[in-house]
Amino acid sequence: MEALELARAQFAANITFHILFPSISIGLAWLLFYFKLAYVKTRDSIWLEAYTFWVKIFALTFAMGVVSGITMSFQFGTNWPGFMKTVGNVAGPLLGYEVLTAFFLESVFLGIMLFGIRRVPERVHTVATFLVAFGTMLSAFWILVLNSWMQTPVGFEMKDGVAHVTSWLEILSSPSLLPRFLHMTVASFLTASFLISGISAYRLLMRKWTPSVETTLKIGLVLAAVFSPIQLFLGDIHGLNTLKYQPQKIAAMEGNWNTQGNVPLLLFAIPDEKERKNTFEIGIPSGASLILKHHTDGIVPGLNEYKDNHPPVKPVFYAFRIMVGVGLLMILISWVAAYVLWKKRELPPFLIKAMVGMTFSGWIATVAGWYVSEVGRQPWLVHDILKTANAASSIPAETIGLSLSMYVVTYIALTISYILLLFYLARRADQRGLRVENEIDNNLGLFISRGAL
Amino acid sequence: MDFFSQPDQWLPLVFAALMGLSILIYVILDGYDLGVGILFAMSEQQEKDVMIASIGPFWDANETWLVLAVGLLLIAFPIANGMILEALYIPVALMLLGLILRGVAFEFRAKVPDLYKDLWNQAFFMGSLLTSLCQGYMLGLYIMGLEYKVETILFASLTSICLTLGYVFIGASWLIMKTEGVLQMKAVKWAQGSLSFIVIGILAVSTASPLVSDRIFSKWFTLPEIIFLAPLPLFSSLLIFGLWNLLKSLPQENDRWCWGPFVGAVGLFTLSFIGIAYSFYPYIVPEKLTIYECASAPESLMVILIGTLLVLPAILGYTFYSYKVFFGKTRELRYD
Repeated sequence: MEALELARAQFAANITFHILFPSISIGLAWLLFYFKLAYVKTRDSIWLEAYTFWVKIFALTFAMGVVSGITMSFQFGTNWPGFMKTVGNVAGPLLGYEVLTAFFLESVFLGIMLFGIRRVPERVHTVATFLVAFGTMLSAFWILVLNSWMQTPVGFEMKDGVAHVTSWLEILSSPSLLPRFLHMTVASFLTASFLISGISAYRLLMRKWTPSVETTLKIGLVLAAVFSPIQLFLGDIHGLNTLKYQPQKIAAMEGNWNTQGNVPLLLFAIPDEKERKNTFEIGIPSGASLILKHHTDGIVPGLNEYKDNHPPVKPVFYAFRIMVGVGLLMILISWVAAYVLWKKRELPPFLIKAMVGMTFSGWIATVAGWYVSEVGRQPWLVHDILKTANAASSIPAETIGLSLSMYVVTYIALTISYILLLFYLARRADQRGLRVENEIDNNLGLFISRGAL
Repeated sequence: MDFFSQPDQWLPLVFAALMGLSILIYVILDGYDLGVGILFAMSEQQEKDVMIASIGPFWDANETWLVLAVGLLLIAFPIANGMILEALYIPVALMLLGLILRGVAFEFRAKVPDLYKDLWNQAFFMGSLLTSLCQGYMLGLYIMGLEYKVETILFASLTSICLTLGYVFIGASWLIMKTEGVLQMKAVKWAQGSLSFIVIGILAVSTASPLVSDRIFSKWFTLPEIIFLAPLPLFSSLLIFGLWNLLKSLPQENDRWCWGPFVGAVGLFTLSFIGIAYSFYPYIVPEKLTIYECASAPESLMVILIGTLLVLPAILGYTFYSYKVFFGKTRELRYD
């Protein structure tokens, strides 16, 4: 492989690994804040138990996000020096504000949130929990401002090949920011909802029933049932936005080669970029025209209009179907389970198992969605301004291959360890969860509760 | 003032200073928790839990200073960022591996089945060691102008070991301050051991730097610079001498002076840092690029500067608050 492809694979591997953890921690942080508020208000121990169990998983998730995030901040320099050279005047302040306003806030108050429960007044601990949740969301906001600007750049002018800012207001309200931010935030809430309901279902399955487990299962399920259709709607809005500003991405998502009307909604196809056609297709006639243009003979842009200027078709096309497929499965399972639970007051084993199966479904949908968005931006790094190929460093392919394999091995090992550990924590949680509570009541404080965390 | 009417003159300097400050804060803060990680190799199981508990609430925020430092380099001097990080590609990658390992090991070791706990303890130690060695190596190569030659690599290996021992020293000093009993006595021994090597290290780096770089030689050994610089070695010697005597007397009754070694270590780190920073100014890529040649557009830097001036006091404020919350001996964390 060429150095460029390896550098791209390395960044893709890094961002794939990274996105797994914020996509849980943003939603989970707000859920923890909710558990804490509910406990303060009701003094019911089910909320404290839910908080103590999930805060451990939050701490682990947060750490995974931090270490993979640090790696990314270095890769800008090591592998993509052209990015900052060209658009640093825009990207720099946005990244700077992310570090200054979000990273420090989350990391400092995380210490108080995790270890300070008996060292600060209760109200301060609740505020710390809130600030961590707020920080995770603020961090997502800044990075999505930058990402949205890279997709739909505005508010700048080019002087001698370098972007100079003309209006920060425009950059802070670039056309794709709102749909992207909502889509990503809801993705995180969905991921956290399925995680919570999945792990809680697993605890039921392992006969570790406690009232608290039942509560978190219900909360996860209700949130999943509410957010999954909302996400479908937000995805549609985001898609229409992309149609307006990055039509070639839509063409790749739909697998549509020629600009025309009555374009079918392809359920499955095998796009062939050499022959510039699909070798196999199953679709709903005029479906894509209907969704994108709201009438059957609506004209949908085709890839042939953007020769040499459209993303690789296959990854975008397939990733889009995986994302939508998982999304529809989320709606189906959460609605069926919520309905059955509401009617019968309990879940049959097959639905409990289905919930367990969906534990990490949010990851699949989120990663697939990121591929649609980011691979779909190619060949541009910054749409119409900077090509990815022009931003790469001159590091030889062998060296990148070396670091890439090192990262990939580490990432895979850690992701597997993370998943196994979550299920392990769930299995032993009933005794442990109760013990933590006793420890706190006995005022033994941080040192021992640290062992349990 | 004429100076302030020319933002392209003073903004690079301000940002270089801010970046330097975050590097210094990072080296001190993450230095002690990296040092504690390295000292894992020499401690008992029970002690490990106390050691971890002493850095638990802080390590994450400590590492954020690294993100800020590299972020400021990226933002204010993008071209230099590319040049430096490209030249240091392999050590950066290895350092990141170390940071990943220790960051997650911290969490995993406390949660996995007992069977695997030791494996993650090992990972925590290895990660801390690898990170420290790589940072020292990068520092050495940077001082040597980012060139790979036999003598530069030898020098970098030397700084690699020195910085690691520096981290061990500040880590041991942290433990003297935060623990008591057997662990504290052990920490005093660790501090004494690493201090003697630090003296050798500082001497070696101070001798090698001017010999290898003519520019640094002329910056150190000409009048009047030599007079302005004189306090650096003078204060460093006094500090080392003071630390040496203090460590011999620790632990004292009522745990007096338990904070002394840590404060001394901060002083030594600061003095060494000033020495290095002075030697390089105005270069950001040694011998190749000055801070004035590669700074970002003044209007963008202004936007960050305003934010920094508004936010930095808040960051320092709540960081201070967090240290106050977790003030005192780690074992005495009882809530009465």
